[in-house]
Parts: sequence; C-alpha cells; structure tokens
Amino acid sequence: METLVLMRRRTFTAGAAALGVVGIGCDRFKRRKHYGGEFLGPSLELGHRVRDVQLPSPATYEEMDVIIVGGGVAGLSAAWRFEGQNFKKYLLLELEPQVGGTSRAGGNGISPYPWGAHYVPAPNRDNRALVRILQELGAVESFTAQGDPVFAEQAMVRAPEERIFAAGQWWEGLYLRAGMSKEDDLQYKRFFAEVDVWVTWRDPQGRRAFTIPRSKCSDAPELQALDRQSFKQWLDKKGFTSERLLWLLDYACRDDYGTRLESTSAWAGIFYFAARKLNPGEESRPIIAWPEGNGAMVNHLKKICQDRIRTGIAVSQILRVSPDSIQVSGFDSKSSTAFGWKAKRVIFAGPQHLAQHVIPTLWTERPEGVTAFHVAPWLVANISLRDRPKEAGMPLAWDNVLRDSSGLGYVVATHQSYRDHGPTVWTYYYPFTGLDDRAERKQLQDMDWQTCVNLVLDDLRKAHPDLDRYVARVDIVRWGHAMVQPRPNFLFSEALRRAKEPHQGIHFAHTDLSGLALFEEAQDHGLRAAEEILEAFGIVSPSWR
Amino acid sequence: MADGRATAGATNNEHQRNAAASSSPVLRVPLLFLTVFVIASCGLIYELVAGTLASYLLGDSVMQFSTVIGVYLSAMGLGSYLSSHLHKGLAQRFVDLELAVALVGGFSAPILFQAFAHTHAFRPLLYGLVAAIGTLVGLEIPLLMRILKPQVAFKDLIAQVLTLDYIGALAASILFPVLLMPKLGLVRTCLVFGLLNGLVGLWSTHLLKPLLGNRRMLRIRCVVVILLLGTGLVFAQRFTLMVEEEIYADEIVYAKDTDYQRVVITHGRGSFQLFLNGGLQFSSADEYRYHEALVHPAFSLKPGAKRILVCGGGDGLAVREILKHQDVEKITLVDLDPAMTTLAAKMPLLRELNKGALLDRRVEVINQDAMVWLNEQRPHEPQALYDLAFIDFPDPHTYSVGKLYTTRFYKLLRKALAPDGITAIQSTSPLMARKSFWCINATVEAAGFQTRPYNLSVPSFGVWGFVLASPAPFDLPKTTLPNLRYLTDGTLVAMFAFPRDMDRLPTEINRLDNQVLVHLYAAEWKRWS
Repeated sequence: METLVLMRRRTFTAGAAALGVVGIGCDRFKRRKHYGGEFLGPSLELGHRVRDVQLPSPATYEEMDVIIVGGGVAGLSAAWRFEGQNFKKYLLLELEPQVGGTSRAGGNGISPYPWGAHYVPAPNRDNRALVRILQELGAVESFTAQGDPVFAEQAMVRAPEERIFAAGQWWEGLYLRAGMSKEDDLQYKRFFAEVDVWVTWRDPQGRRAFTIPRSKCSDAPELQALDRQSFKQWLDKKGFTSERLLWLLDYACRDDYGTRLESTSAWAGIFYFAARKLNPGEESRPIIAWPEGNGAMVNHLKKICQDRIRTGIAVSQILRVSPDSIQVSGFDSKSSTAFGWKAKRVIFAGPQHLAQHVIPTLWTERPEGVTAFHVAPWLVANISLRDRPKEAGMPLAWDNVLRDSSGLGYVVATHQSYRDHGPTVWTYYYPFTGLDDRAERKQLQDMDWQTCVNLVLDDLRKAHPDLDRYVARVDIVRWGHAMVQPRPNFLFSEALRRAKEPHQGIHFAHTDLSGLALFEEAQDHGLRAAEEILEAFGIVSPSWR
Repeated sequence: MADGRATAGATNNEHQRNAAASSSPVLRVPLLFLTVFVIASCGLIYELVAGTLASYLLGDSVMQFSTVIGVYLSAMGLGSYLSSHLHKGLAQRFVDLELAVALVGGFSAPILFQAFAHTHAFRPLLYGLVAAIGTLVGLEIPLLMRILKPQVAFKDLIAQVLTLDYIGALAASILFPVLLMPKLGLVRTCLVFGLLNGLVGLWSTHLLKPLLGNRRMLRIRCVVVILLLGTGLVFAQRFTLMVEEEIYADEIVYAKDTDYQRVVITHGRGSFQLFLNGGLQFSSADEYRYHEALVHPAFSLKPGAKRILVCGGGDGLAVREILKHQDVEKITLVDLDPAMTTLAAKMPLLRELNKGALLDRRVEVINQDAMVWLNEQRPHEPQALYDLAFIDFPDPHTYSVGKLYTTRFYKLLRKALAPDGITAIQSTSPLMARKSFWCINATVEAAGFQTRPYNLSVPSFGVWGFVLASPAPFDLPKTTLPNLRYLTDGTLVAMFAFPRDMDRLPTEINRLDNQVLVHLYAAEWKRWS
C-alpha cells in the first residue's frame, strides 16, 4: 500500500512537471508525424481585440427590444424562453462563428463529438427546465404517475459507463476496487454516508441542501459554513485519509470544476455527489449523453432561434444612454464593419471577465467583481482514430480515466451510437488547475499545436502504447476561460450575489453566476434573465424554472 | 507409395554406377542404411500431411488424397529421372538435398495454413509444394544408392535399401495417425520431420566424411537450417497457437484474426467445428438440430413469409434452412464480420455445409453491427418491413455483444418487423444459464413482444434455448416441413415444454444502460467451466 501511494505521488508530480518540459522532452523522442489536425476556436484574437483595442463606433443604431449578448447555453436558453413565449423582438449576438460556448460540438466523417461539456445527470422532476429540453429532444419518454420523468434508454449512457487505468490495465468503474484495503472500503462507505446526510437534509422552507440548479439549494448558515473551508480541510477534519478515496474526490474536483481538493470549497465538493442523488442510499442519477455531447442540446436550441442569431459579432460596449435605451456597439468580423443597436433591455450572457470590459459602468459600481471570479483554462483535444488500439483488462467504456495522469482521460464519441468496432473519436480533457489562473491561461495560450498534441498523446500512450498507429487527426481547442472555479469563500460571497443583479437595464445570465460551470446553471440563469425581462415588459406567464 | 519410389530409384541407379565408383573410400554402411529409414519416413509424412491438410481445408478427402498422392508420386518419378543428371560431388549433393527437403517439407504445413488464411493461391501452392517435395524426395534414394554402390554388392544394396525404405514408410504411416496427429498436430509434425531431415544432413557430413572436401561450409548450412526449423517449432503457436490447442479438443485447421474476432475451425472425430473468440458456434455433427430449431418454428407460424432478416448467422447455416421455404423472396443477412461471411461463401468446407446459401441471389449480405444497422433503418413503407427475423448472435459474453440483447435492440427490431412479424432469438442455455435465458425472454417481453420460449438438446452445446416472439398475439406452432433431420410435428410441439429445472425465474430486464445480462451470464457459466 505504502509503495503504491508513493508511486502515485511521484508519477503525479512527474506528470505535472512534464507540462513545463513537454516541448523539450518530446523533441528528443520525436515520432514521425503521420496525422493532421489544427487549432479550432475560440477566436482568441477577436476576443482579445475587444479587450485591448478600441473598435470603431457604429454610425447608426438599430432599434430592438432585447439584445442578448453571448450565444452560449445561457444566451440560447434566454432565446429559447422568448421563443416559448412567442416573443420575437430580440436578437442574439455571438462573438464566435458558432454558438454553444463550451457546450458546442464538432464532427467529422467518423462521428460528431463534443468540444467541451458532454453530459448531464438525469434531472429529477424539480429541474423543470432541463426536463423540458430533454423532452423536446426525445430523451424523456414519459412520466410516472408521480410526475417523475422516464428517460429513453438510448439517451442514457450505455454500459459500460466508465473505467480506470491503473497498474498496467483497465478496471471497471472510476473508483479502483482492486487491491483496496478494509480501511479504504470503510472510508469510502463513510464518505457516502456523509453525503447521504446532506441528501436527506432539508431547511425549514423544505429546500434541499444540494440540488441542481443551485438557485433551488438552501442557503442555511450550516451550508454557508461549508463554503468557508476547502474540501481538503473538511476531509481532514472528518478523518478521511484513504489515498484512493482522496484520488476519487480530487478527480471529481478537477473534472467538474478545474480545481484541486485544496482549492475547492467544501460546499462544492459535497455538491458534486449530493446533488446527483434523489434519496439516500441510491445510486447517483444516470448520465444522459449524446455522441456530440451537450452539443445536441445546443443544436436543438439553435434550431429554435436561428433566425435571430448573429454570429461573428464582437460587442465592444454596452451603455445606457437614457432610462429606456441601452446602446450596444458591435463589430462584425466578417464584413469588418461596426454595427449598433438600441435596446430596451439587454441580457449579458457572456462570462464575467468580459462583462467588466464591455460594460464600463459596471467596473465602478461593482469593483469587487473584478477579482472575485477565478476561471480555469482547459485544453480539449479530439483525437480521430482509424481503429481501436489494443489494450488490457476492462473493455472500452464511455468515460475512460487514467489514474496516474493530470489529464482527465477521454470520452468515446461513438459509444452512444452503438459502434464498438472500427474508427472512432476520443475527446480528451486536460484542466489547468494551478492557483494562479492568469498564469495558467498564459501558459496554455503559449503552447503551439504540436506541444498540445504531445501533451495529449504522451498521456494516452501510458494506457495505449500503440496509439500512434491509429491516430488520424488531433484537433485542439484551448479554452482560456473554460470553467468558473468554486473556490472557498466565493459561492456565498457578496460579489457573486451582486453579479446576478440587473444593472442599468442589463440582466446577467451565465454559469459563472452560480460559481459552478454546469449546463443546468447556465440554462437556469438564461431563463431567469429572460423571465425578468418578460415580467418587466408586463408579459405574464408561468415560470419554466 | 514406397513402391513407386523404390522402383524409380533402382532403375536410375543402374545407369549411373560409373560416376560414383571412381573413388571408393570406406563408409560406415549400416549407419547409412539407418539414414534410409529416416528419410523414408520423412518423405511419407510430408505426403500424409499434405493430403490431410488438403482434405481438412477443401473437403472431399478422397479427391484430395488421390490428387496429392498422384502429384507426389509423379514428382518422385521426375526426381529419380533428374538424378541421372547429377554427376559430380554426390555426397555434397546429398547433404544439400537433405537440407532442401528439410526446408520445403518442414515448412510446408505452416506455409499452406497461412496461404489458406491469407491468400487466394492455396491450391496452386498446395500442388506446387507437393510437387517440389516429391521431386526432392525422388532424388534422395537414387543418390544414396549411388554413393553406397562401391561399398555393397548390388543385390544386397537393392534389398537392404528397399527393405528399410518400406519399413520407414510403415513406421511413418502408423505413427502419423496414432501419435503424431493427436500429440503434435499437423504443423508441428511437419516441422519435427523437417528437423529430422536437417539432422540427417548434418549427420551425413560425418558419415560421408571421406567423400566430402571442405565440410565447414556444409555444416554451417546444416546448422542454419536446423536453427530455422527449431525456431519455427518454437513459434509454432504463431500458426496454430499451442495455447489454443489446449482449449480446442481437435486439430485447428484454420485460424485467423479478423478485424473483429478470432475465427478458428477445428477438425476431428468425423466433423468440424467453428469457434469465434474461443466460443463454439457450431459442430457440423449436430448443427442441423440448432438451425432447424432456430428457423422452422417461426416459419410454421408464417409459412408464406417473403422478406426475411437474419442478424448474426454469418456461417450461412440459418440461411440454408430458410431457403427450404419456397415463398422466400428476399433474405437480408446482417453480420458484423466480412471475413466470416466471405469464409462461409467461399471456403469449401463451409460452403458444402451451408449448401452455398450465401451465394443464393435472394440473399443480401450486409457487414455491419446489427444494432448500428437497425438504428439507421427508416422503414417508411410497410412492404419494406420483414415478415420474419432470426437473431443468431454469439452468447452475451461481452458488452459489445450484450447490447444486442437489450430492450433497445429489441425495440429497434420491432420497428423493422411487420406488425404481425415473428422473430426467433437464440437465447443461450436455459439449463446452464437459466437466469440469463429467462432474462432474455423477459427483456424481449419488455420491448413489447409476446414470447413463446422453447428448447432442445444440441449435444455439442448442451440443452439450448430460443425465444419465439411477435408484436402480435400468436399460437404455438404445430406443423413443420417434412423431411427435416431433427424436427417433426411431434418434436416441434415438444420443444415448448420446459422441465422444472429450467422453468421460468423472475429476472431483471437487460437495458442498454445497465447490461445486467453480461454479468448474469458470466456468473452462470463460470459454474460450468
């Protein structure tokens, strides 16, 4: 046991250090490059021009009731809500050539694949917004007499769901059971008993401690107390020492938040597990996934509002010019011309760091917001394979995790289309979890394509030594601002609370505002912002949330 | 066989006495006679190996043995004739000859197996190799007799060489079926006898020392050949997989890793067997029981069925049974592995058994994962739906096969089936894997089918089960085709009765997101292995 632990530590440190020397290390063992690939969005250049350069001002301003700035899940959900109300006097502006943000999908002749978010846990009936979109997508087949959604078999991840690579072979599940001690097992069970306490817990108003979306969670003092410590501190206090349990929990933090045990709020650490359970003792909610990940939901939303989407528009400034008029200045990268709109209301559905740049009055009114948000950068690679590499142990699952790695492993795009043979695409995820997220972002931005490819393939070769024989393409996306980090003392902070409040006719919608990067959170904020505006316009209708 | 060789040898010897007589140092004659014994057995072994291998792979053993013997003997005649053109350095020629026989003969079986699995040139290669070995072997005795000529009186020489030649042949012909085939198999028998030829070569450099000049190069050549054959023997599992031979009861006559699975055909005890990834798919001895039971009950409910779907069943044996029904217009066979369906269509052994079923013009073969294929079907017109579907997959021993036994699969199947269509599903053994069997039945029900499970005994499998199912209500089948080998109206009805130890148990439903069947199946079969 002792050596195992030491080995893992050592390998882990080596893995983290490898990032720094990857460029040097790989030149020495340079393999003949026989695959193609490229960097795909996000458009760092255009994005940074908004920040760094004065874009030209538009000559005229078009009248429009509502402008939605940002076509990620929050913005698209706001538009979806407007369409549901048959409210058509809005326009959605997106910086990128494609909508969807970090939930968007790509694809090639082999399969569609995700470029970021790739699943949602099956919602309970309380998460009405997610149930609604899943129903529209055919993923909800029917409802039980109690009103609980029944999910279509094909929408759920088919077995086997996940496996882990350790000690030279693959094992079923994410928690490595092989070789665990009695103490490991006891601690594992004790941790989930702790989780179950919170699954059962209700506040005086009957709210759950942890549920999705966050807006339905209780904010009782004992929960706020959880947020004032790191997950690591909480685990230490509870006496959790099992190395493999701590690995699992650390993995969960890296996977869902881009943080480590030490940099995650204990509230968020418990949320990950407790919010996915309906009742104590139950299995976690099943996972719903598509070959293209959450891109399936993005494409559905896009189809509903596509007439009112404008892509490639960099919004440079949002400014209220009169009590009933907000001026939105934009720059069309395709025609290199400036465009302007005058709107009654604006939904700012972009990330917080951008809000500070394009809404000049926000800076002075909410200075605390400037430094409060930490966002982890991520590297996502889609590796197209001609065929499946040979391997030992448990066969290929949907989610495939390497224990001794700083990466998160890969999901298999063809898994949900039943294809168990032949060409496939693996989507590989690597979060940059360092405390200085600006420095991490800089590091990622400075990596060239080959360096990124080496990082990815060197990691995967640990489990698939003959991988190179099968690689046809490696496409990479560098997400500078991928996931907001739920660090301690942030989730119940004044800065986060105020960031949700409308400001001079501008309503905010983004997953950043939950402090957790989840599809459901983005969707919830999108609906909230849209419903705030509908209400302001005097349009009365039952909430979708 | 030995007859032909001896005659040819003797005649040629007569004409060539002068060349060998020029020098006459003393040789150890008795030991050289032992050499005759060894090379005689080797020669016969190669012939037996080629004949056996050809009849395994091509079927029709009378034809294969006759043609192999014919080619072999005539080639020996050619060899004997050619010996008259050798004049100088007979001893060295003899050693080289042994090395050539060692290489060509010793590697003949592995080469032929590989050629069968990977090329289209099996027959030319077979007869080419048989002819080459025959020619070389035909040279051996005449050369040796000419070498011995100066040492031994002619009448004794003839008598002793021929005696040992016949005895060697006898030894080989007894050893081959009794000891060599069962213990070593074709490939290793062949390599071992190649090795013997090589050793004879090396030994001869010692025995014929007085007749040889520089022996060093000759000996190096011998050692190289021996090493080559020794290595071949060590790597023999590359060809036949020794580990597999432990698993398979009979001789492996065909083995190939396709893109999807390992296909192995074994031959023995008067029948042959097909294995996919080590799992027995059928034995030619009793597969008719299985395939009649799979196909005809469904037909007896829909005797005029026109459009038939077969999922799995790439061996073509279910299709053979389906084609016994006159009204069939179209059979779509969806099998993952093109190597399997090609083998079933082209390999004579299989083609004979399935009666060329996959070559029938009504059969369309689609090589795709049946689930992926069904998921892509959008049958808008009712006439595109299938009247009958036969589901003949391997047992659910992995997730990728297990998915073909889920509610999702059966729901997709239902969409491809006419509203009153019938399907028959192979469902593993209700005796050995009782829960698995009833789990499949319950899963088919959960997908919206009415089911009628049935079972029969297939000796090489054990007691085997099927699920007959339809989206519409249906009665038990009562009559079937005349002249089947297993099924009669009586046995048809009897299959639907379940003894108490195989009776229905409550089970979970096998869903795509849980795949309980894979675990159930593994646990149940573990008890029997």
